[in-house]
Amino acid sequence: MTTVVPGALVPLADRPAARGRWGSVLRTPVGIGAAVLLAAVLVLAVVAPFVWGARAEAVDTDAILQGSSAAHLVGTDNLGRDLFARTMVATGLSVRLALTATLLTVVLGMLLGAAPLLLGRRAGRLVTAGIDIAVAFPGLLLALFFAIVFGVGATGAVLAIGVAGAPVFARLTSTLAAGVASRDYVLAARVAGVGRFRVLLRHVLPNIAEPLVVNATIGAGGALLAFAGLSFLGLGVQAPDYDWGRLLQDGLSGIYRHPEAALAPGLAIVVAGLAFNLFGEAVAKGIGLTSATGVVARRTAGSDQQPVTGRGPVAGEPVLDVEDLSVVFPGAHGPVRPVRGVTFSVGRGEAVGVVGESGSGKSLTALAVARLVEAPGEVTAARLDFRGTDLRTGGDRAHRRLLGTGFAMVFQDPMTSLNPTQRIGHQLAEGARRHQGLSRAAGLARAVDRLRSVRVPEPERRSRQYPHEFSGGMRQRAMIGMGLMGEPALIVADEPTTALDVTVQRSVLDLLAAIRRSDDVALLLISHDVAVVREVCDRVLVMYAGRIVEDLPADRLAAGRHPYTRALVATVPDMAVDLDAPLPVIPGRPVDPSAQPPGCAYAARCPLASDRCRAEDPPLVADADGRRVACWHADEVAAGAVDGELAAAGAAREEVA
Amino acid sequence: MSELVFDDVTVRYGNARTGHTAVDGVSLVVPDGAVVGLVGESGSGKSTLAKAAVGLAPITGGAVLLDGVPVPTRPGRRPVQMVFQDPYSSLDPRMTIGDSVAEAVPRGTPRAERRAEVLRLLELVDLDPARARAYPAQLSGGQRQRVAVARALAARPEVVVADEITSALDVSIQGTVLNLVRRLQRELGTSMLFISHNLAVVRYVASTIAVMREGRIVEQGPAEQVLGDPAHDYTRELLAAVPGAVR
Amino acid sequence: MTAAAPTATGTPSRRVTDNPWLTFAVRRTGRLLVSLWVLVTASFLILHLIPGDPVRAALGPTAPAALVAARRASLGLDRPLWEQYLDHLRGIVTGDLGSSLGSSLPVSRIIGQRLPATLELALLAFLVVVALAVPVGAAMGVLTRGGRRRGGELAFSSTSTVLGAVPDFVLGVGFVYLFSVTLGWLPVAGRTGPSSYVLPVLALAIGPAAALARIVRVEMLTALRSDHVRTARAKRLPAWQVVLGHALPHALTASITLGGLLLSALVAGTVLVENVFSWPGLGSTIVSSILEKDYPVVQGVVLVYGAGVLLVNLLVDVVLSLLDPRSVIRES
Repeated sequence: MTTVVPGALVPLADRPAARGRWGSVLRTPVGIGAAVLLAAVLVLAVVAPFVWGARAEAVDTDAILQGSSAAHLVGTDNLGRDLFARTMVATGLSVRLALTATLLTVVLGMLLGAAPLLLGRRAGRLVTAGIDIAVAFPGLLLALFFAIVFGVGATGAVLAIGVAGAPVFARLTSTLAAGVASRDYVLAARVAGVGRFRVLLRHVLPNIAEPLVVNATIGAGGALLAFAGLSFLGLGVQAPDYDWGRLLQDGLSGIYRHPEAALAPGLAIVVAGLAFNLFGEAVAKGIGLTSATGVVARRTAGSDQQPVTGRGPVAGEPVLDVEDLSVVFPGAHGPVRPVRGVTFSVGRGEAVGVVGESGSGKSLTALAVARLVEAPGEVTAARLDFRGTDLRTGGDRAHRRLLGTGFAMVFQDPMTSLNPTQRIGHQLAEGARRHQGLSRAAGLARAVDRLRSVRVPEPERRSRQYPHEFSGGMRQRAMIGMGLMGEPALIVADEPTTALDVTVQRSVLDLLAAIRRSDDVALLLISHDVAVVREVCDRVLVMYAGRIVEDLPADRLAAGRHPYTRALVATVPDMAVDLDAPLPVIPGRPVDPSAQPPGCAYAARCPLASDRCRAEDPPLVADADGRRVACWHADEVAAGAVDGELAAAGAAREEVA
Repeated sequence: MSELVFDDVTVRYGNARTGHTAVDGVSLVVPDGAVVGLVGESGSGKSTLAKAAVGLAPITGGAVLLDGVPVPTRPGRRPVQMVFQDPYSSLDPRMTIGDSVAEAVPRGTPRAERRAEVLRLLELVDLDPARARAYPAQLSGGQRQRVAVARALAARPEVVVADEITSALDVSIQGTVLNLVRRLQRELGTSMLFISHNLAVVRYVASTIAVMREGRIVEQGPAEQVLGDPAHDYTRELLAAVPGAVR
Repeated sequence: MTAAAPTATGTPSRRVTDNPWLTFAVRRTGRLLVSLWVLVTASFLILHLIPGDPVRAALGPTAPAALVAARRASLGLDRPLWEQYLDHLRGIVTGDLGSSLGSSLPVSRIIGQRLPATLELALLAFLVVVALAVPVGAAMGVLTRGGRRRGGELAFSSTSTVLGAVPDFVLGVGFVYLFSVTLGWLPVAGRTGPSSYVLPVLALAIGPAAALARIVRVEMLTALRSDHVRTARAKRLPAWQVVLGHALPHALTASITLGGLLLSALVAGTVLVENVFSWPGLGSTIVSSILEKDYPVVQGVVLVYGAGVLLVNLLVDVVLSLLDPRSVIRES
């Protein structure tokens, strides 16, 4: 999965209430402008016949076919009637016809679209097939066809355009309804015994109403334009009635002498069509995903560096040396820092695990170290050295070879991380051919060799296959193989086994361990699974709310000195957990990156939290062995002060989380 | 009393030539008042079996029986209820949680009684009854799962099927839901079919464990026996694959 | 169902015995044939769905009854419906689409005379659309990713929205005013040489080009954010290789379906644009024949337009299947 950019996208489930969303639409300049324009058009449609009606019909044989003048803003037509008045009055008919046709489209479209849900499988499939065929033809052709059948004239045109728009609307309705009908809450209602019709009414309809309304608005704009087109051709409104399309046709024949006669109705068509379209799109944007606002303010002095003593135990020159790493994103209410002042290092051949829950910033830390964080995110660090080279300076090009061959990334979801339209062998060879100058044949041969080394069976045949022909575990192995194409000194694996079955996970973890042993490759393993990290890694970094809270050897996890470390270990059920006691629970929720409190972020959930904890963020302090912890009460924790509290929280029956 | 029996159940999708058998002749018993754990990896068919029990998957062979009678699948009283995996899509975002729970209360219940029942159920799952008018977006994942449990209980089921109900939750709050399951079983005698890919979690809640692989049950028996002294190679493979103890 | 359904242990089992390409081809051909049949039947039904007597309507209320009866007989309207239907089918296969009620010329000849002009217009407009929209949309996607260059994004969005909202015939009228009447650079109407193609083609192409450019940009942004492009960046490939080799193919594939719809709309747009520029194509023919109630011509032209749209859809499907092997598997 792509890393969630905090504050930048509002996920579907957590959207603010409906009222708030429509309000936010009206607060954007486009939203306001479109709403005002649309209101003006609608008001004009109602009011214009009263204001200009008489003028529009006033025949004046002395003023035939005149150009624009003081008396007639846009000139006159072949009966001397004022064209400005006629253009204004035509708003009424044009808009009315368009809205009538749209109503027909919506009603017919919704009925047809809901048919599969209402009529059952067989009849529904027939209707769907019919709609599929109708949708293939463009609306105007369908409108022409129906205009022929229903007859030339306004009524025929309304029917024609209304019916012509129905297939697309039906397809939209059925797609939306099917999407909602497959969601768990609809399934739950069916399991609870709610009838099919009630489900449609209570669950499906309210959840598809908003996109349907938006599309209907845009559809009204389309109907307006289609009407203008038909009338322009002479197939729509007939004399003595007139709408913009007719006026445009009349004006076109005299375009050399007085072009205003054509331009005025043309402009009216464009403006009215825009009003509907813009309003619809503004609303769509408002109720859909709202995007991040603003650019990140330039950070000048004063980092939010967490005071750090020592970087943890490292023998010799570290492969990766990170100091005061931070990642900042622009948010709706100010900059968001999912990673704050992280300092650590990875020694040669060492396996370091990073463990944490949602909001801990562990995945972003890995991406930041790999220089894969893109705008609008910004990465800053006091030091970011890979094999002695400073990664902060120099552009991508300077470090391309170094990172391309010495640094391997393994991401969480191998299905989306591999290019689905390219063969595996080609994808593996791509990097090596660019960075190490291998020929096509040599690159493919090395790819096959690497696939073999990661135990993909039949590597020659497999290298010619596409990712979807591999199983999940094999794809992950292929990703690891891709990283091994160079001579990596470090493998960064971001939740590499989370999406895999436990037996497959075992084989992938064994593979990583084997690679480490045989090639002395360092490993930075990010995971939410404490047990995995414990098994694979030498050392563990525990992250919470964007900071490292503890840095300790993996085999001493049970004796952590930070309350969160103890809590993580205690709350995860393993095969030896006590069956007679309730499972310990951490009260409260993980911290949202956009709402990080001052002081220690864990204080809200910590039984030992004191005023000092809430006011002052504890620094990451190293002890004599190089183990680091960030807690004011580390010694008490070491003595077992929190263990009883966690058990009690599990047994308690208040609403804790 | 209320015993759920899967009698040689087969679920097959597609036609004879190109179809796929998700569940292949599974026989399993959920005794009254017991929690039976069903473990398996992807493709094992455990979720399909769960869906078959509640009428969301077509049963092509065998039968699912409740006290000897096939489980009813028409609208109306449904004695087998389900709690789903994803807390973010199992509640209608446009309905208050009170309404979501109320919807499952059997039809024909007078309104006052229905409202009282909703409040009682919310308290039962350790949620503040005053939050009945809250929307799902205002609750955490753990809280939403507990609402889902309350909804399942509102239909007065004989058996509850829990399909990976803690897999989508953060590790530190899984405990709330698991503790709830144990308490319901102990205090109310709720029968449950608890499905999970996580052996440690299943061990914590279930008294009997069945292991599924590729549509078939390869081993079943009392939890201590299956986990302590497994008879089938695949069970042994699963146990060996679990990462070691942290404590 | 996927062709190979991998199991947890990692050995994909071949459950589908057919070649997925074969299934795909069969399905698509079947759908095409059904659509063609629906089209042919629809064109047949035109004559019979119209209320009243079509021949009387065409010849006018003052025409002598004998003439009307003779015309009805020549059109075969007094024979049983199913016989007429078979005749209609036979006629299509042999190329005999009847004769115009007004001029008595064979419909196929009329169509043959007018079709090339419409085809030229549509094909040229299509080329312009693709040549404009794809590079502009892709470039805008690359330049405005991650919130960069908000000013540029705003300019592009507003321009493309406005251009996409102006209907082709209004744009045509505007062009005539600007370039023919005011500036006098280009001819105002007719198909009279290379310069006379410029305005009609532009009028037809600009709206769809703007819409397609927006689509390509959005798909490009999606592709640039995708996991596999992140992998390509992790492989430290140069930026141009990431964009051209990994992101652009996906953006194009994702845009093709909507692009195909726009092209079909282009075919329909020729009807309107031809009327603005007095272009001697099928568009003018169909309008005049509808107004004159010359139904055999109407039937024939509807058939041609419909077949054109189905052809475009077929091409889109074929191209999509070549670019994205997964779509083939998904179909089967």
